[in-house]
Amino acid sequence: MIQRNSGRKADELRPMSAKVGVVPNADGSAMFSFGDTVAIAAVYGPRQLHPQHMQDPSTGILRVNYDLLSFSVYDRKKPGPSRRSQEISKVTQWALEPVLDLKEFPNTVIDVQIYILQADAGTRTAGINAASLALAHAGIPMKNLVCSVALGKLDQDIVADLDKSEEDFEGGEGPTDFPIAKIGTGNDFSLLQLDGKIQPERVKEIISLADVTCKQIYEVQKKALKEAFQ
Amino acid sequence: MDSKQISSSEELNTNVESKKRKLVVPGEVIVSGDDYLPGEGARRDGKDVVAGRFGLAEELGRVVKVLAITGAFIPKRGNVVIGRVVDITFSGWLIDIDYAGSGFLPLDESPRFVSKSDMDQFLAIGDIVVAKIWAVKSKGIDLSLQGGKGLGKLEGGFVFRVPPARVPRVIGREGSMVAMIKEKTGCTVTVGQNGWVWLKGPTVDAEIKARKVIEFVADNVQLEGLTEKAEEMLG
Amino acid sequence: MSSMAISNQTIESFKKMFSEGKRFDGRSLTDSRELKIEYNVSNKAEGSARVKLGKTEVVAGIKLQVGAPYPDSPNKGNLMVSGDLLPIASPRVEMGPPQFTAIEIPRLVDRAIRESSMIHLDKLVITPGEKVWTVIIDIYPINDDGNLIDAATIAATAALHNAKLPALDENGKIDYHAPSTGKLPLREGIAPITVSFFKLGNSIIIDPTREEEEACDVRVSWGVSIWNGKHVINSCQKSGAEIFSASELEHMMKILPNKFNELSEKLKSYL
Repeated sequence: MIQRNSGRKADELRPMSAKVGVVPNADGSAMFSFGDTVAIAAVYGPRQLHPQHMQDPSTGILRVNYDLLSFSVYDRKKPGPSRRSQEISKVTQWALEPVLDLKEFPNTVIDVQIYILQADAGTRTAGINAASLALAHAGIPMKNLVCSVALGKLDQDIVADLDKSEEDFEGGEGPTDFPIAKIGTGNDFSLLQLDGKIQPERVKEIISLADVTCKQIYEVQKKALKEAFQ
Repeated sequence: MDSKQISSSEELNTNVESKKRKLVVPGEVIVSGDDYLPGEGARRDGKDVVAGRFGLAEELGRVVKVLAITGAFIPKRGNVVIGRVVDITFSGWLIDIDYAGSGFLPLDESPRFVSKSDMDQFLAIGDIVVAKIWAVKSKGIDLSLQGGKGLGKLEGGFVFRVPPARVPRVIGREGSMVAMIKEKTGCTVTVGQNGWVWLKGPTVDAEIKARKVIEFVADNVQLEGLTEKAEEMLG
Repeated sequence: MSSMAISNQTIESFKKMFSEGKRFDGRSLTDSRELKIEYNVSNKAEGSARVKLGKTEVVAGIKLQVGAPYPDSPNKGNLMVSGDLLPIASPRVEMGPPQFTAIEIPRLVDRAIRESSMIHLDKLVITPGEKVWTVIIDIYPINDDGNLIDAATIAATAALHNAKLPALDENGKIDYHAPSTGKLPLREGIAPITVSFFKLGNSIIIDPTREEEEACDVRVSWGVSIWNGKHVINSCQKSGAEIFSASELEHMMKILPNKFNELSEKLKSYL
């Protein structure tokens, strides 16, 4: 077993924290962090969707925007959307949509804005966790919370929640980044992405690690929502 | 006061006094057993009744529901709302009611005859109006100023917003909270279902106090003895 | 928050209230809201700060890059202030091309900081005439409850005080894993602040909430700092199509030094 830089065990997440109500103007908002990765999300809506031809008379639609603040990374990110941020926005939207029930809000849009204040790998998964909390906080009808984490593999070892130094790991089969999202504590996956090298027969290890870690994430999210009205 | 407002305020007040009220998150199991029926904001999942949204879960007999405490205003027929005139067309007024679709107030829904050339004399852009929703359509929301007391243009005073989900508590059981605030401050108050509150008082100080109490109530819906605390603030 | 614009009646009521010297939150017309500053918003930035002015929140981060000097200042580092009105901060902000406020805020912050001479740009030279440090300040409002400009300047000033110079490797590239070589060179005792005055009718107020700001007709922002032990105005901009009278200018000049001192004290308690 590889010694992780942080001294974490293979299945150990970085310390998490979560809080709702961080953007008072929004209909719902939340902060979620994995170690040094900090994401904030705000939900506005349901509200009017422009242009009108994008409206769906059978349901409200979800629109997600993910981006890094320019000083969240060492090499300053130029302001404005990139191909990367547009892809992450889209997979985040797909990760969240399965839990939402927007039929009550025909022709409207629910806007989710996700910004990364500080990036140390796992930004999309922290962003999904924050967005899931913000949607719940906004009172949007939802089947469940969405819990997300970047799982992966360092050489031969399956590990949870890679940090930046692990994403840059060079040795053996190198790093594999396998971000996933699950619907609450159940068995359904709503985000699947992968970069690296992993054998098909090892995916079952990822599945069981997803189960263990998402349960912990769920508890952190649940606690944050319950603390909103103390 | 609109009858719709009163019924929903009674609803929430019953909950406030119910000991079984608890904060739940989406997907959380509220109760188990086939005897229970999922109500608004809840659904059945096998043996369990689970929360369909974040809010206060409560059992009323066999029915389990989750009351929203956050979220944007969702218009329903019969709601009385406060809006702002954003445009005047040849056939009526476009009213921002702080929801996804703008409201439309047709000329012939005004309470008295208004000629097409004098529409801005009756309601100008930027004016505030209390109106009733009589239809929620895919194209937008239709408003009326007929068939209700207190509907029409608001003269003077000012409007501010409380979270729409807190409106029933601001109104109070049978309008008791708002009645107390009116009585103790001498202000005229109209609470729209969309969270907008219109307030006009005899003095600036009375208005400041009334708003402070209304915002306190809206921010503290979960507090026990909220009425007493509000009464204390009113002095 | 709502996206509904302010009504005619509400504006008139604010006018009356301000003429009596009163505000909803109990402040006098020239009182500021509570100011809170936190640091280390991002440990990937060379410096960063989060400023809360009541419910208004702005974050600012400092990044340093190695670049060429401008031809007209070969022996000086560069300063660049950038920022965006993120749609997270208010329901009014739409995606798409930047609104004017998004352009104006960084420009006003830039002038307040640059003209105060707070940053020792001549100490930011790596190779004279060839390589200098570029200081980039990025400003983002997180929650807009009025008076973003004053919160933004405080955030930028605080983040600059918090900033460190990164180390360079043998090829002249930034080595983020090596220890910093020291603090960003700043002139001692210079911490610029903008004080913005907003006018409604005949009343002038400071640090408005969102709804107060919307009711107001016009704003003027003054960038102020200390130079040779005395207050100096480094920058100014009137925004909006209304006017200020000469007597109103004199009124502001009386308030300005005290307001600067008060905000400065608070800022310094966090530096």
